[in-house]
Amino acid sequence: MEGLHHDINLDREEATSEGKEGSSDAENAQSSKAVAGNRPKFGGVGENDYSKEAANRELSTEEKIEFLDQMVRIRRFEERSLRAYQQGHIGGFLHLYIGQEAVAVGAVSCMTEEDHVITAYRDHGHAIAVGMEMDECMAELYGKKTGCSKGKGGSMHFFAPDKNFWGGHGIVGGQTPLGLGIAYAVKYKGAKGACLCFMGDGATNQGPFYESLNLAALWGLPVIYVIENNGYSMGTAEARHSAGEPLARRGDPFDVNWSVSHGHDLYEVRHNISEALRLAHEESKPSVLEIVTYRYRGHSVADPDQTYRSKEEIEEYKSNKDPINLFKDRLLAEGVIDEGAALEMDRKAKDEAEASAEFAQASPYPDPEELMQDVYWETDDPGGRTSEGTIFFESP
Amino acid sequence: MSAITYREALNQALCEEITLDDRVVLMGEEVAQFKGSYKVSEGMLEQFGAERVIDTPISEAAFSGLAVGAAMMGMRPVVEFMFWSFCYVAFDQIFNNAASVRYMSGGLINVPVVFRGPANGGTNVGATHSHTPENFAANTPGLKVVCPATPADAKGLLKSAIRDNDPVCIMENTILYNMEGEVPDNEDFLVPLGKANVLREGSDLSIIAHGKAVHTSLQVAQTLEEQYKVSAEVLDLRSIRPLDIEAILSSVKKTNRVLLVEENKPFCGVGAQVSFIIQDQAFDYLDAPIKRVSAIDAPQAYSKALESIQIPEHDRILAKAKELI
Ligand SMILES: Cc1ncc(C[n+]2csc(CCOP(=O)(O)OP(=O)(O)O)c2C)c(N)n1
Ligand SMILES: [Mg+2]
Repeated sequence: MEGLHHDINLDREEATSEGKEGSSDAENAQSSKAVAGNRPKFGGVGENDYSKEAANRELSTEEKIEFLDQMVRIRRFEERSLRAYQQGHIGGFLHLYIGQEAVAVGAVSCMTEEDHVITAYRDHGHAIAVGMEMDECMAELYGKKTGCSKGKGGSMHFFAPDKNFWGGHGIVGGQTPLGLGIAYAVKYKGAKGACLCFMGDGATNQGPFYESLNLAALWGLPVIYVIENNGYSMGTAEARHSAGEPLARRGDPFDVNWSVSHGHDLYEVRHNISEALRLAHEESKPSVLEIVTYRYRGHSVADPDQTYRSKEEIEEYKSNKDPINLFKDRLLAEGVIDEGAALEMDRKAKDEAEASAEFAQASPYPDPEELMQDVYWETDDPGGRTSEGTIFFESP
Repeated sequence: MSAITYREALNQALCEEITLDDRVVLMGEEVAQFKGSYKVSEGMLEQFGAERVIDTPISEAAFSGLAVGAAMMGMRPVVEFMFWSFCYVAFDQIFNNAASVRYMSGGLINVPVVFRGPANGGTNVGATHSHTPENFAANTPGLKVVCPATPADAKGLLKSAIRDNDPVCIMENTILYNMEGEVPDNEDFLVPLGKANVLREGSDLSIIAHGKAVHTSLQVAQTLEEQYKVSAEVLDLRSIRPLDIEAILSSVKKTNRVLLVEENKPFCGVGAQVSFIIQDQAFDYLDAPIKRVSAIDAPQAYSKALESIQIPEHDRILAKAKELI
């Protein structure tokens, strides 16, 4: 489709490091130096086999099965949520992550207990990957009291600070300074962790991202900006929204390490994320990782998905680059699971998703008084109140 | 007690809280080496080091958001805006993120951040540098906002704000930075948020104000006393949200006449809310319609000739007061 060049990008990428057509030799030398100065750290791109890389070669059978299971659970959860949306149980926006699962699962699987994660509104995958339960997530979508945010956040605003998951943020690019602050706090406290800050390709055009990159580099903050490049910012393809490619190169002027890699191969994601985590942990350095991926569904459920891409394009991804199928095939080939086990895994995920919908359905809506809860710490903890006066000016 | 300036009072508050709590840091443009654009952080870099007193680039969105992220993680950052007017490029971080994260997380995450700096006109710096966004902040559930008018309040409110578990916006005033006043030296001196202060007792008229307008109101009260034998009470709101409604109502019930004075712009300004509350809860006590003097409703003018008219000054307030008596 016109304008979708993000995937082709990846293969052309190696060529750009050799210099661009029409530029002088001196420029060529410089640009290839700049790119070479940063890129190789993160390994190559292309159809490499990442199973032998350090991040992957010692994975146990249980871990591999767990990765597949998480991806399958995310997909089944979201498919079930889509049905609930169509049935009118879920309102507002519902941005599905279907097609991108290997990015969240691969990345989160590399985190240590001291690492943190924050993302945008397309957050169900990250939420389930960090270990949030389907029940609390589905109930949140239904706007129920039992939801992870008691029905006050909705699809775009899931949080689980106990799992180092800091949301779920609805403003495009708005989470990029927050991720920076999380990394700052980690460093200030002398902890070893890092913050994975996920964002979309469209979000790279928000100013606060660049302010954040500058600060991250200047102060040596362990933040990793993961650009999940699914090719589109709503209905605007990358070539129509972004000058210069690849997007990750935008880290270059700040001397931030950057790379571009595939998001359909979970091992490749793990390889790149774990390299960036190592850099953050050991050298307290930021990174920009562009991970090329694809969403199968419309931007949100409200997007009829008819104006900006072809059915063929979607089909091409589904049949050739589906992260779940690819990883399942790999595990089948490795003999880690067999077809029966894969089917059983899928059935369980469907059942779990179904049960979460039943749970959400059966859960009560929040009471009107809950409108006024969770606004201020102080009003929720009257015993600890230090201020006086009136805080609310209209209550139910 | 010692007589110190509003600026020194802020400095004392910051130094005391940074000493008491290692989660507190001060960050902003020019706060460290330059000692603050208005020298509020004088001596702090030397005393606390670059880990605690942090110079930032001109990136309000990034460092405001950074502070919110750090606050979510349990720190207590104090962000200095060179002018509150510059918060507009960081609006999303303050008005979305700081204000809403607690709510959207169902109370799982607190955001104990402080945003502070001057928010005033009157210094001939034109429209872009003269905003008074206390009404924006007060209009945003999740945020608290205070406007200290005296050195003691500057210290006591800033200390309370830093200890507060919610995001607090402190709107200071460059014209007040040099003002001297008695300020308690002790480090446990606090002024609670949400508590107004009667700065002058009176029986004929209540002048309700915040920020620098409090001082202009005091001068007008003096004139009213001397030239018109009118006893005006001056109530300094100190805090906009939370708001001391009780103090407002008890003054109104005593004097039965109200003049609201603010340097905020009029439309949906602080006075509009106060006026609503008074007519709603003390209608029967009013002997006259509520009157208001606010900044003249145009972008802030540069010229001294214009700006001195634009901000409520003695004679305009007096004229309005005379309509009430
Ligand atoms: C500041 C802001 N502008 C616009 C929007 C509306 N909006 C939501 S998502 C989106 C597209 C973002 O695309 P991208 O960053 O690529 O993320 P993706 O949706 O592909 O995951 C837009 C325009 C918004 N939420 N916030
Ligand atoms: Mg996108």
